[in-house]
Amino acid sequence: MEQPVLAHHPGRVGSGRRPQVRLGKALAPYLLSLPAGLWLLVLFLVPLIVMLSLSLQTCNFGTGACVMTWHWAEFGQQLSLYRGQFLTSVYFAGAATLIDLVVSFPIAYWIAFYGGRKKNFFLLMLLVPFFVSFVIRTVVWQFILSDQGVVLGTLKNAHLLPQSFHVLATGYAVVAGLAYNYLPFTALPLYVAIERIDRRVLDAAYDLYATKRQAFTKVILPLTVPGLFAAFLLTFIPALGDYVNQTVLGGTSNTMIGTVIQNSFLVNLDYAGGSALSAVLLAISLLGIFAYSRLLGARAIEEYL
Amino acid sequence: MSTVATTAPRGETRRAGPGKSHRSRWARYLLPTYSWLVIAYLVFPIAVMIAYSFNKVTTGLAQVSFGWNGFTTQWYQQWNGIPQLTAAFWLSIRVAIVATLLSTVVGTLLALALVRYRPPRFRGKTAIEQVMFLIIAVPEIVLGASMLGLFVTLNLARGFLTLLLAHVTFSIAFVAVTVRARLAGFDLSLEEAARDLGANSWVTFRKITLPLIWPGIMAGALMAFALSIDDFVTSNFVSGSAVPFPVWIYGATRIGIPPQVFVFGTALFTVGILCALASVVIGRKKA
Repeated sequence: MEQPVLAHHPGRVGSGRRPQVRLGKALAPYLLSLPAGLWLLVLFLVPLIVMLSLSLQTCNFGTGACVMTWHWAEFGQQLSLYRGQFLTSVYFAGAATLIDLVVSFPIAYWIAFYGGRKKNFFLLMLLVPFFVSFVIRTVVWQFILSDQGVVLGTLKNAHLLPQSFHVLATGYAVVAGLAYNYLPFTALPLYVAIERIDRRVLDAAYDLYATKRQAFTKVILPLTVPGLFAAFLLTFIPALGDYVNQTVLGGTSNTMIGTVIQNSFLVNLDYAGGSALSAVLLAISLLGIFAYSRLLGARAIEEYL
Repeated sequence: MSTVATTAPRGETRRAGPGKSHRSRWARYLLPTYSWLVIAYLVFPIAVMIAYSFNKVTTGLAQVSFGWNGFTTQWYQQWNGIPQLTAAFWLSIRVAIVATLLSTVVGTLLALALVRYRPPRFRGKTAIEQVMFLIIAVPEIVLGASMLGLFVTLNLARGFLTLLLAHVTFSIAFVAVTVRARLAGFDLSLEEAARDLGANSWVTFRKITLPLIWPGIMAGALMAFALSIDDFVTSNFVSGSAVPFPVWIYGATRIGIPPQVFVFGTALFTVGILCALASVVIGRKKA
């Protein structure tokens, strides 16, 4: 970026500069990214490869010792064994993502267009849940949704709900928890997308006699599609692997795939099975990211981070 | 989470609204009412947490009950009444401090490389960016499970070290994204001016670059600290016998939550909000 000419025309370099300086300049981006690159290679990419290799090994459930057997059937076995849990995860994560998209679009729109000088304050309010630990937030929802808690207890005492009514330990509680916990992940990319819309394009639409509805459906909505997709990915994929909401709010039924993976690794010491299921989750995430960069460009996705 | 960083510097006010002239009824009443309701929904559980940290306990067991039993400050006086919880809290703080230091240095260097150099001079930039996005977008359980797989394969005992390694890994990505967003508006000509005036690379970096990017680095460090102290999923996989704060709370959900959990939660929330407000205020003064 700075003085790119130098690299191509060494003759123009000031006479006082030594060659080492130029070498240092050429190496600068690599030297700066070397620590992070090495760290992420050893502790992110290598573990993913180890995970893939573990999923093809056969493990002793008692000791957790694994031997490579190229057991490709592991994937099929795990998927057929836990098909129900996978589908439950897709339903719950999908429902929560849909709720989040619908709930957060208007507020993102309002902050982007009418936030004015208070924009940063409203963004902080969107982030407010992150100031409380994820586990505590979920536990608090357990309190809120409990049969005799602040909401249901009050409604029942007022005879607005039958005494037998309950939400906790149902799928609704899990979806409610997921929707709450992941709402900021949806709202912020949407805000970025709407905020970025060039107001002159809107002015042009009005100058061409577009009605408010037309301006919204023909200009604003199409321009937010990349943001909607990014919001979908950043909400749906994490929610898919979530197991805290399910175990705290969903009781023993409605098991999601995250719970299965956690049990495989930490309870049953079935590293092969757990790795195979994690690899499937990884594949789904990669597929989503790949689809995004294919449809909307590789550069677009990082703009929403 | 990281998106704030991207959006914060772009806070300049534009001509409000997509409407041509005067605001419609829709924009004047419905949208604001709705938005405040959503904000109330986001804040409500936090209010419940704070309220329940003052809830009396009527049974013999020190557990928060679902019903309201009356106001007490007892749990604030006995905040360290549960030794395991206090130990878990301090472990989380220790991990978070070291993880923040490491990931902030490494992540800032990466952000500098990403902001200043493009592919002809920096091959592999896109690959690094994709890895960063993957760390942020992939379900955390994949991160935790794969790292546990590595530690098991290497026969590395789970504890403080594995927690630290895992936390630095995901924090690097978030720090790099945050710092890069703050660096986006950086005026490179200031550095050129310093060099023209005879400053060498190190002096330029220390006197010009570092002071200018300092707020970004602090934002990245705060982000790393918050992520580390709050992390449950990865920590649950790699913590072993060293139990950090969120993992302890998760374990306690099965037997009943002691009120001290909400005391710690309220304290962390208060400190976090004060830091955020301070940064907003400082940002406004500079602007």
